[in-house]
Amino acid sequence: MEWTVVVGRYSPPGEPQPKGVPGVPYKAPYDKAPPKTYQTFKVDLPEHAMVLDALIAVREYQDESLAVRCACRSAICGSCAMWVNGHARLVCTSKLREHTVGGKVTVEAPPSMPIVRDLVCDMTPFWNKNRAVTPWLENKQPIPQGEEYRVPNAAMEELIQEVSCISCGACLMDCESFAVNQNFVGPAALAKAYRYTADPRDAETQDRLGNYSKPDGVWDCTHCYECVQQCPKGVAPLEQILKLRKMAVDSGFTHNAGTRHADAFAESVRDSGRLNELTLLPKSVGLFNIPAQIQSLPAAFNLLRAGKLPPLIHHAIPHVERIKNIFKKIGGRFK
Amino acid sequence: MKVAFWPGCVSKGACPELYVSTQKIAPALGLELLELWEASCTGAGVLSEQNPPLADSLNGLTLAMAERQGATLMTICSTCQGVLSNHNYHFKKSPERLAAANVVLADSGYQYKGTTTVKHLLWILVEDIGLDKIRSLVKRKLTGLKIAPFYGCYILRPQEYLGLKERPERSTYLEQLIEIVGGEAVEYKGKTKCCGFPMVTMNRDASLTMGANHILEAKEKGADLLVTPCPLCHRNVDAQQPDAARVVHKVIDTPIFHLPQLLGLAFGYSPEELRLNHHVVPTAKALEKVELKV
Repeated sequence: MEWTVVVGRYSPPGEPQPKGVPGVPYKAPYDKAPPKTYQTFKVDLPEHAMVLDALIAVREYQDESLAVRCACRSAICGSCAMWVNGHARLVCTSKLREHTVGGKVTVEAPPSMPIVRDLVCDMTPFWNKNRAVTPWLENKQPIPQGEEYRVPNAAMEELIQEVSCISCGACLMDCESFAVNQNFVGPAALAKAYRYTADPRDAETQDRLGNYSKPDGVWDCTHCYECVQQCPKGVAPLEQILKLRKMAVDSGFTHNAGTRHADAFAESVRDSGRLNELTLLPKSVGLFNIPAQIQSLPAAFNLLRAGKLPPLIHHAIPHVERIKNIFKKIGGRFK
Repeated sequence: MKVAFWPGCVSKGACPELYVSTQKIAPALGLELLELWEASCTGAGVLSEQNPPLADSLNGLTLAMAERQGATLMTICSTCQGVLSNHNYHFKKSPERLAAANVVLADSGYQYKGTTTVKHLLWILVEDIGLDKIRSLVKRKLTGLKIAPFYGCYILRPQEYLGLKERPERSTYLEQLIEIVGGEAVEYKGKTKCCGFPMVTMNRDASLTMGANHILEAKEKGADLLVTPCPLCHRNVDAQQPDAARVVHKVIDTPIFHLPQLLGLAFGYSPEELRLNHHVVPTAKALEKVELKV
């Protein structure tokens, strides 16, 4: 059957541009990607064909200048992640019939990554972030003589999810924090960071947690679940980032807005059953952080002027003792 | 239809217009709101992250309160919906986790059996009340208004917890409602993206840039206003919009409506009754298009 594939074409400046591309001018949502043009192809493929089959068919029989990166065609190598209808997908496992919307499927390089040519993006930012989290084990010393390190099975089972990462970069391509802050370490690298931090053989847990707690680290994740949604291997990077945050706080890395925010939040819920929005922001940025307090004044004034400032007297919910009792029973940091 | 109503903290804090407009439209829709006065904050994911058993117990208690009412638990906040759906999903999947929460709740007077359904008002409107009924309530068509839907993350992702795998059409409900009230839905990439609110205290510039990008994209596509089912998104894209405009050095000035405000307007309520005069970004310009004043 016939499928319509719209492909984002791009050639670097100074190099021959693809000829006869009638496409519509493209504007990147985050002003990061170079301008591309869209070219429409028709391909004849069976009903079960994948988006990658269509791209290969285009390259083989219609336009050999189309650049596509792919290798295993089995969701193992992680080469073929790109945008399909505006979301990062491995095209080798994306069925044409599931992604054809309004009679066509649109394929392009993700706008938050540098582009080499056509559908091939430059993965340098991805690998730089990976390196930044020390993605290897720092062995505990001394190394057991004459035998291997022995690790309880359960401890490694806990890490299976993170080990499944194939480094395709789909999570980073759709990461909303990365789209506005290129320095954010990002979901894949932080999922890998958790994999080594939680490994019982690793000796650098404290150093790692300290590093990951710095600006552009775990607290710069905006919690949007895009990475969980787009990961083709079920790694759920956000969930690993949240585990790292908890490990960092439990290990004493608490001098950051993230921890202050969590503490102020919990304190408010414990004492009144509800969130006190009036005190949350000042406590989160730090009561003695005068520049940040001043910076937040216009927003507070705007709320006041619109008649939206939260009530000055924060009332507790009825039977708030029930909530306090739950906090007490659970114990831990917030009791 | 009786619903156990959990309004969330923000609709009673910095977005009181959401609470008021929900109360306004509920009778017309045949919704009887049994408010859960004794329920606590869901923790907005912050408590789930730092103390999972604590968040399990607090949300288990809220779910048990709705269960006792024998009614669907209705939220009006995408974040509350996301957190409650997340915990409810795990309770239904893991009897051990449910049992552990019930041990903590032993002397609270409540035990959760795992039978509550949690639904955002948006879902109840389409799935329970029905588009035909809503269409019959429209007295004032908002013809000529270009409306950009802004879902917010937690009503869409993760799909598994939110039932979007079984009902993928849940990601189109805002557009369906916009069409019913007579508006034109604006199609843009940012509609399913993050407003940035969860990281506003951690990285203010990145957070506000995120929100600004989406509003500007909608504006470029001609949107007169955005409509959102999430008051936390509203906090970043309305209350902080002037700050966001300063961060990205652009004029934005696009009003953000809460979902019940948009419906209320179409049902014939005045902008004042829906507190459309209590927004940080003035709503007047959008309202003028349908010959209304605030």
